[in-house]
Amino acid sequence: MQSEHGILAAALGLILSGDADLIEIVVLSLRVTLSAVLLSCVIGLPLGAAVGAWRFPGRGLIAVVLNALMGLPPVVVGLAVYLMLSAAGPFGPLRLLYTPSAMIIAQTILVTPIVAALTRQAVEDMDREYSEQFASLGVGPMRRLSALLWDARIGLLTVALAGFGRAVAEVGAVMIVGGNINHVTRVMTTTIALETSKGNLQLALALGVVLLMLALIVNAGVMAVRGVSARAAHA
Amino acid sequence: MRDMPTELSPVPWAHTPAAAPVLETRGLGFVAGGRSLIRGIDLGIRPGRRTVIMGANGAGKSLLLRLMHGLIRPTKGEVLWRGAPLDRTARDAQAMVFQRPVMLRRSVRANLRFALSVRGFAGAERAEREMQALEQARLQDLAHRPARVLSGGEQQRLALARALATAPEILFLDEPTASLDPASTKAVEDLVARAHASGVTVVMVTHDLGQARRLADDVIFLHEGTIAEAGPASVLLTAPRSGPARAWIDGRLYLDDRKS
Ligand SMILES: Nc1ncnc2c1ncn2[C@@H]1O[C@H](COP(=O)(O)OP(=O)(O)OP(=O)(O)O)[C@@H](O)[C@H]1O
Ligand SMILES: [Mg+2]
Repeated sequence: MQSEHGILAAALGLILSGDADLIEIVVLSLRVTLSAVLLSCVIGLPLGAAVGAWRFPGRGLIAVVLNALMGLPPVVVGLAVYLMLSAAGPFGPLRLLYTPSAMIIAQTILVTPIVAALTRQAVEDMDREYSEQFASLGVGPMRRLSALLWDARIGLLTVALAGFGRAVAEVGAVMIVGGNINHVTRVMTTTIALETSKGNLQLALALGVVLLMLALIVNAGVMAVRGVSARAAHA
Repeated sequence: MRDMPTELSPVPWAHTPAAAPVLETRGLGFVAGGRSLIRGIDLGIRPGRRTVIMGANGAGKSLLLRLMHGLIRPTKGEVLWRGAPLDRTARDAQAMVFQRPVMLRRSVRANLRFALSVRGFAGAERAEREMQALEQARLQDLAHRPARVLSGGEQQRLALARALATAPEILFLDEPTASLDPASTKAVEDLVARAHASGVTVVMVTHDLGQARRLADDVIFLHEGTIAEAGPASVLLTAPRSGPARAWIDGRLYLDDRKS
């Protein structure tokens, strides 16, 4: 058994030498997560904006449901997606189980409510401020939606970053639907879990360091965006 | 208010008593939270005139403006635009500047562009109107600044220019100079005067007696949700007949018998 110091040095060595396995895993993680965040934004931004900007029956209920879905347990989502995609499930014939697509689907289900709920909040707050001006001008529903989304753009960037943070660190759902297959569906979090249990700490720690750095970058991004927003009087 | 006395006006089509009001309210009432905030208001705004609405805090001035502009629905009575209920046509013919200007999180110019787009202006004409509005409000140098970093006075000028850029027939102003210094106040009053000279009907709320004297053709004095007195500025601002208006003009505090 190596000393902790030795493990950390070996882990950093893996990162600095650009270890092929490590890079493959990091790239797949980013591909899956960025795809899921993109899909979540495509669905969640208009959905959240519509619930925040339009008045229609059932709007309050949808807002509550979106907020509740933010706390979906990942393993339950993983299980549900597994059942849908398994050979016996309704989408079995698509043969998506244990592919990156399955992981993207699971993460999208986890992140979309986050994007939608936070978008709804941001848009609703802004709409409260703008609504009389909009009513005075006679702004129609579609333009109202696009104008609010555009004016909330800086806040929504932090929403997307929050979604990214949640997805990239998620392990339960992608483990179930991806299966952690070497060279196919092995991402950072699932590899850390597996390699740690096998006692192969170098790779686990190296990936942990990469994950931490990503979290730092995301947080720095959020803070930078806030700074820009304050300077441009966007708050 | 149908019998509002008329006087000679600089606007040619408004000087005959026959000039039909462009906007009328009939038996207007608004109840909220169990309180009757606007009660039985009948008034007519005549085209090309500047009507100033005065009254104490909470008298219902802003509510009346919102009702006339169709931002809130009356619980009683109706608002008529050219004899018909408020609709899309009325919306496009009206503009309002709020007491606290609402600026989009965009540049000064993009704020103008947004309002113009909503009102159906596009292409070269829209660009032309943007430039005109910037020039009128003397905001050319600030065209690309985020609108929300402008000072209060600059924002108020932008709000007014934005409202006027859409070529409204009637302009509602809710205390447009309430928190402005004398120079900014003058700039806003000049813009209003220019709009009026080009034929825009102006309805303005103000607490400033001097401003009312400078700008008003007609005055409506509100007291606790009803019209205490209405008439030409020359009469109402010099020899008011109603208790509340007289106390206001004299600079006294008017305390209602029922309350004191
Ligand atoms: N939506 C509403 N619901 C309940 N009460 C309201 C509402 N809007 C206004 N009020 C009340 O109606 C009264 C008149 O309000 P309004 O804003 O018209 O006053 P104002 O004459 O414009 O006063 P100020 O000079 O202070 O601007 C106030 O007592 C206010 O609290
Ligand atoms: Mg008011």
